[in-house]
Amino acid sequence: MDKRDSIKSKFELALSIFTVFFKIGAFTWGGGYAMLPLIKNEVVERRKWITSEDFIDGIAVSQSLPGPIAVNTATFVGHKLCGKFGAIVAVTGAILPPTISILVIAMFFSRFRELTVVQNFFKGANPAIIALIVSAVIDIGKSALKRYREFVITLILLFLLIYLRIHPILAIVISAILGIVFGEKR
Amino acid sequence: MILLKLFLAFAQIGLFAFGGGYAILPLIEKEMVNNLHWLTHKEFLEVVTISQLTPGPIAINAATFVGYKVGGVIGSLIATVSVCLPPVILVLIVVRFLKRFETNIWVNNVLKGLRPAVVALIASAAYSLVRGGGITEIKGLIIGIASFIILRTRKLDPILILIIAGIVGILIYQ
Repeated sequence: MDKRDSIKSKFELALSIFTVFFKIGAFTWGGGYAMLPLIKNEVVERRKWITSEDFIDGIAVSQSLPGPIAVNTATFVGHKLCGKFGAIVAVTGAILPPTISILVIAMFFSRFRELTVVQNFFKGANPAIIALIVSAVIDIGKSALKRYREFVITLILLFLLIYLRIHPILAIVISAILGIVFGEKR
Repeated sequence: MILLKLFLAFAQIGLFAFGGGYAILPLIEKEMVNNLHWLTHKEFLEVVTISQLTPGPIAINAATFVGYKVGGVIGSLIATVSVCLPPVILVLIVVRFLKRFETNIWVNNVLKGLRPAVVALIASAAYSLVRGGGITEIKGLIIGIASFIILRTRKLDPILILIIAGIVGILIYQ
């Protein structure tokens, strides 16, 4: 393959990485974990870009590092396919649909939010969003808190967050340190 | 100057956004509502609801929304890029030694240690949304409890529940 061909095929690959992640970004409502089956379907089953094992490894890392899981997974898959350039293309594709839709909403929202009908919509939807979050606490709590000790730490952190109004970063740092203190010693 | 502040605030949120999704909410609230006063409690609540009704991760949605409010289109782009930058850089660093990262005992202990924090953060998000005006009277409480029961007993799409609750709001609050 001469140089022009290789540039051309690289461009084509970048374009399809962008398209795939744009699609994923546009069609996953609610974000986060809802995205994973969709990403897997596209990059593992349909395109066969990476193997199932590599994908699982990538997810494990994406979940353990900070940041939205969609962004982390896009970085991982993009990098696997086309290096740093691929990572940037994939992330751009994934965040463009939410960015555009929120930008459009933000531009017009200030005009609409004073309408009674919009305010009443939010008055009805806000309690439902709280119900959604409470439900998430139950689901994530069930799967994440396996031991009595973890449950107690959760309650203490919750107390610190709500009543002493500690910074969320401090809660994260405290529990990371406790993880090291109580963790396995190789 | 405001753009630099925007960049730093969202880069910090991106850097500590462990656990994804709702666990990020207290972080956004602390910075945007309590510290920088870029959003009111009511607006924060609206951003959360809008995020759920539009595609994409909540951190990205919040960044775009707040960025636009503070610094227009440029502000929204800066906020969105800066919330992504730390995670992207971290993933690119970690993929170099993926296997060693996964089996590292320190990494594992820290990750297990973070689980209670993630649960506590999400629970505190729910608490502060209630306190911040999410449920103020009896009708709202009933909508909340009804949504919760439907959510736990039927396999209904959460987005559908939100939309129905919104429509119920339009009907009963007029």
